[in-house]
Amino acid sequence: MTKIHVKTNINGDKVEFLADPRETLLDCLRDHIGLTGSKEGCGTGDCGACSCIFDGDLVSSCLVLGVEAEGKSIETIEGMAGEKELHPLQKKFIEMAALQCGFCTPGILIAAKALLDRNNDPTESEVRYWLAGNLCRCTGYDKIIKAVMETARDIRETA
Amino acid sequence: MQYHSPSSFNEAVAISNSSSGLVKYLAGGTDVLVQLKIGTKSPDHLIDIKNIPGVREISLRDDGGYTIGAAVSGAQLTEHKELSKKWPGLVEGMELVGSAQIQSRATLVGNLCNGSPAADSVPGMIVAGASVSILNSSGTKDVLVEDIPSGPGSTSLENGELITAINLPKRKDYEGDAYLRFIPRTEMDIAVVGCAVNLSLENGVITSAKVVLGAVGPKVILAHSAADCLVGTKLDGNILSRFSAKCSQIAKPISDKRGSEEFRKDIIGVIAQRAAKKAYDRALGNN
Repeated sequence: MTKIHVKTNINGDKVEFLADPRETLLDCLRDHIGLTGSKEGCGTGDCGACSCIFDGDLVSSCLVLGVEAEGKSIETIEGMAGEKELHPLQKKFIEMAALQCGFCTPGILIAAKALLDRNNDPTESEVRYWLAGNLCRCTGYDKIIKAVMETARDIRETA
Repeated sequence: MQYHSPSSFNEAVAISNSSSGLVKYLAGGTDVLVQLKIGTKSPDHLIDIKNIPGVREISLRDDGGYTIGAAVSGAQLTEHKELSKKWPGLVEGMELVGSAQIQSRATLVGNLCNGSPAADSVPGMIVAGASVSILNSSGTKDVLVEDIPSGPGSTSLENGELITAINLPKRKDYEGDAYLRFIPRTEMDIAVVGCAVNLSLENGVITSAKVVLGAVGPKVILAHSAADCLVGTKLDGNILSRFSAKCSQIAKPISDKRGSEEFRKDIIGVIAQRAAKKAYDRALGNN
């Protein structure tokens, strides 16, 4: 099968890879580029573990083809922390123990960041609805929701 | 599988007509990629329409109606303040499809072409009187959304035909729409029943009504006789209970894991009644 040469931008870096057109963006991130932070939970867009920002939109990277990345700009969990410091959401998740096994955490952090980037004062209901597409089988969600709410408060206070 | 990314609708249709095997168009991909993954549909050619200029735009036509490009996402509809104000029922139907991640990609046209009788956005489009622009090798045509679904997972579209946009008519004063569905949880589920209602009023009296029932038949059901019993009323007296009974009577659901036939017939009446009330209140306030 003919592979397609894809040129894209991931976390600010120019990246090129060869993709079989059937491969998802998630397959390409993990298997061709070595960015294994995005996880495959279901592969059918139900669990959110593969969440990425694709040209500014929060997407499930298992429901995007790798070849669709041509000329686009992608943010993954690997690009979330700064040079020296973790992102405030990452710090808060550690501080408040908003994770257990950690498999869903990259997707939840990316989704929560996408929410706070557009609204730094969400209600608890808004956070719960926004994160409804991110499944966690360990925490029971409360710690995650509280960590997102606390981070939003910190962001507002330091703004 | 070969991937194509044409830069015009004509090119997309030409690729489709000159390709052999299974050809699928790709917009948001939230159904097509799942089918690819689980192996229910394995296209030989996938034609991505998202790089066609204008395909992700919502535009106001000279006649006052809206044209919604085939790859406009659910999130774009919700963010469009004016459209959401004029057609809240249509927008809230689409908004019920999937998570924030799905909303970034999923489209009205995809929801329609997937052919599910439980598609949340389809009843709202039909009661709005929406049509689709279809391009094929002999030219373009305009077809009502209600004529597209033909059964579970199937549509009346011919091979190679491509829906390029959805056209909404001009919204008049004192009109309102609503879509409600029943699911056993609060989010992220497929409709057990759904109902969209669109009403036009004159001095508070309903002058025309459209009612569409979802997930209670092999395809969406246009409940004409139920809609007729609303016309000439202000939803007063026992009109709503008559309307509710009529909707239950028209519904022809199956029993499956999401709900039994009896339950669906019962609950569609309740949901339809609430949707009618909501559409009426919106129509009163819409001037």
